[in-house]
Amino acid sequence: MAEHDNIVGTSPLRKEGRAKVLGQAKYIDDLSLPGMWHGATVRSVVARGRIRAIHFAPEIDWSEFAIVRASDIPGENTIVHLTKDHPCLAAHEVNHPEEPILLIAHREKAALLSGVGGVRIEYDELPGVFTIEESEKAVANNDVERIVWEGSDYGGTANCFKQYVLHSGEASETEDGLAAAFASADYIVEGEYHTGAQEQLYIEPNGVIAECEKDKQGNVISVCVQGSMQCPYYLVHALTLIFNLPEEKCRVIQTETGGAFGGKEDFPSVIGSHAALLAMKCGHPVKMVYDRAEDMAATTKRHPSRTRHRTAVSKDGKLLGCEIEVALDGGAYATLSPVVLSRATIHAPGAYKWHFVRVRAKAMATNLPPHGAFRGFGAPQSLFALERHMDKIALVVGLAPEELRRRNFLATGDRTATGQLLTEPVDMQHLLTRALEESDYHAKLARFAEDNRGSAIKRGMGIATFMHGSGFTGSGERRLNSLVQVELLPDGRPQILVSSTEFGQGTNTILCQVAAQTLQIPYEQVVIAQPDTQIVPNSGPTVASRTAMIVGKLVERASTQLLETLRVDGGLPLNHTAEQFEQAAVAYLDKHRSLRCSVRYEPVRPVDWNDELFHGDAYPAYAWAVYVAEVAVDMNTYTASVTRFDALQEVGRIMHPVLAKGQIEGGVAQAIGYALYEKCVWKDGRMMNNQMTNYIMPTSADLPEIHVHFEEVPCVHGPSGAKGIGELPMDGPAPAILNAIENATGLSFHSIPLLPEDIFERVSGFTEPEHGGSSELDPDRLGEFLPEVNA
Amino acid sequence: MKAMVQLTVNGQQHRIDVPPMKRLLDVLREDLHLTGTKEGCGEGECGACAVLIDGELVNSCLIPALQINGARICTIEGVSTEGGLHSIQQCFLENGGAQCGICTPGMILATHHLLDKRPTPTLEEIQEGLAGNLCRCTGYMRIFEAVQKAAEARDAL
Repeated sequence: MAEHDNIVGTSPLRKEGRAKVLGQAKYIDDLSLPGMWHGATVRSVVARGRIRAIHFAPEIDWSEFAIVRASDIPGENTIVHLTKDHPCLAAHEVNHPEEPILLIAHREKAALLSGVGGVRIEYDELPGVFTIEESEKAVANNDVERIVWEGSDYGGTANCFKQYVLHSGEASETEDGLAAAFASADYIVEGEYHTGAQEQLYIEPNGVIAECEKDKQGNVISVCVQGSMQCPYYLVHALTLIFNLPEEKCRVIQTETGGAFGGKEDFPSVIGSHAALLAMKCGHPVKMVYDRAEDMAATTKRHPSRTRHRTAVSKDGKLLGCEIEVALDGGAYATLSPVVLSRATIHAPGAYKWHFVRVRAKAMATNLPPHGAFRGFGAPQSLFALERHMDKIALVVGLAPEELRRRNFLATGDRTATGQLLTEPVDMQHLLTRALEESDYHAKLARFAEDNRGSAIKRGMGIATFMHGSGFTGSGERRLNSLVQVELLPDGRPQILVSSTEFGQGTNTILCQVAAQTLQIPYEQVVIAQPDTQIVPNSGPTVASRTAMIVGKLVERASTQLLETLRVDGGLPLNHTAEQFEQAAVAYLDKHRSLRCSVRYEPVRPVDWNDELFHGDAYPAYAWAVYVAEVAVDMNTYTASVTRFDALQEVGRIMHPVLAKGQIEGGVAQAIGYALYEKCVWKDGRMMNNQMTNYIMPTSADLPEIHVHFEEVPCVHGPSGAKGIGELPMDGPAPAILNAIENATGLSFHSIPLLPEDIFERVSGFTEPEHGGSSELDPDRLGEFLPEVNA
Repeated sequence: MKAMVQLTVNGQQHRIDVPPMKRLLDVLREDLHLTGTKEGCGEGECGACAVLIDGELVNSCLIPALQINGARICTIEGVSTEGGLHSIQQCFLENGGAQCGICTPGMILATHHLLDKRPTPTLEEIQEGLAGNLCRCTGYMRIFEAVQKAAEARDAL
């Protein structure tokens, strides 16, 4: 029916939205099982050391508690990610503050506080390293006492989880080309840029409920964990090793998830394994839900980074060559750092056409809790550096920031830094033109320059132009080998079976739109199953901006298969009505009992990617964007605020305009927090401000109007032409905002978060400009930046 | 030690025997099984546990049970009408005001409170009125739109 041809591209109501606005949606802490106990974690209070003794307070009746130690683990003591360096429970030594050592459970939740407090652990403390620089120094000095990580079967060297080198061409040719470029360059521009850790701050903390089934001899025969998470099959994998059980005996169910942003990608493997061990020990279901302070102190955050740029530029602003060094702080264990590093590496040269590129990247070990996935996954770090550096180059060459970018944009038919041929349309020139128009960029620049004179409020405009790869890197999607099914329910409604999870972004809704449009039936008629690994196949993790494009395409293919089957074998006529579909489905089920169509991932085009050389087709597709920030810096209070934000992007076909806008606005808001508000304060590896009271995320009163604009260019890789959208908006705002602050004040900042005290210190001359700072404050202009009383 | 507390929740009277310092949040969730009220931070910062006590917007994680003796409380479960969604809920649903949904109950109660005091709020008043309720998903823009639409819907009544 024609009316169902356009379901993709409209905004039907969010599938689970009604339950959410009614307060009826059940999150993990809203659930309770009969006889359920409650679990808690006893954590390390030191950053690094050997465990000497564990004491249990005699005034506590420990017989009422279940206690799990490392030695109770029936299988391997590991939280598996890419390698097995990360223990489930520390057995002999600890490598970061808050590292789990013991687990306790009690029938009364109220007993846990005194239980955790009643365990005293003695340590022989060892020296730790807490920054990228300290970790590097230990390696450089061969300071064996401070080599805190030794390497693993996944690779890595002392204190370094992973290194990559990306060359834009064959290595020796690229090196020769770089040498020549730097020799002939009119300008060589260098800079160093830093980004801080960022807490995901989903409003629902991590939590699970675990059950464990044992045989008569007390051996574990199956485990089941339900909870708040992004990737049920990651937890299945972790449980198989912890319990030495086959996959089908480790069942994982995702419950309604109150925000994730990457923070529930790898971490549920930890809390899920812990709760399952306690369930094994006490013989009851066990709930573990962290409180906010524990969640902030102990779970993963965005990797802090340091990026160095050295660029050869011609006097007409052509980018001749670049040498980029990216370093991430991975924390105490490898977890996902090698993959985060990979995305950081590939995004480091950005949306530009370079003659020669070399990126060296590494993820260093420190004695912080392991850093992990967070929306953007390495790209926000390296794009912050690049987009700040582009403004610096523009200043040196004497071009407007937009003009320098214009002269170097990648376009259709060009090759990216990894040598990927851009076969699909790319039009950054047009995106830039439109974004500058939408934001009234030039008129405002002129007006602000005029108004700023003599005003304590300095206004400015800044841009960032960038891209984000959709889907897993390189051969990743091929390795994931995702499986998707669409089946018929007994009443004839189609049901989508995927392990892809809903945590606010709209997975349920967009996948049902794709199925409805393909099956030519109303959206309301399509059902999506709760992700339960006993029922749904492994459609891969819900990460990497892959769900709409990759999983959506699989849903489209499976739906097509189901439709064809009903046409051939169910008597479904062409141009069917919803009723005819239902009748055909029921008739088919009467005859054949069931219908389930399965499809596996197939690349739309062959992927040519070399993992060793880091060369080739890095991503199936890229989303492209130009963001414009308008800021005001109050030189009396040193507060910088964003006064308007324009986000223009090309993300393929827009599947659901309301959800798509929500994704961009939410990402921009998080990125404004990343740039100007959210600072993790560390002391000896421990987060000191692990409360919402003193870790500040933007409130409704802090944010400007965020204007979202789309260019729609259908992409062959996604259903109806969609590409990835979720992570993109995290990449651009921070550099655009700091570029705007430089435009407003003449002050060049190279680190985020940028807080009022940082601006104050710079203006007051308490600190030297940061590494790579170019535009030092002109002493003649100092009066402009001091509070009026002093001026 | 326990105390007898009498309260009216969503129009229904309850007498409960609870420790006097038990948080209203836990009374609602554990004793009355009203799990629509969420805990986000436990320190009065995020507003996920917001409820109306005698018409005032309050973070229920900060209120000891003893303090609510005799109070009339409205939780998210009390917002919907017999006919279905309240217009505020409908507007949140239609305008993308709920993403992950964990802040939504508190946000809807804050909107309820705001529109009672300011039936036709300006954008600035909406921003101020919701500033005690954190949302990490939406960037608040869809929520502002939902509130504006809810105000218009109310106006039309």
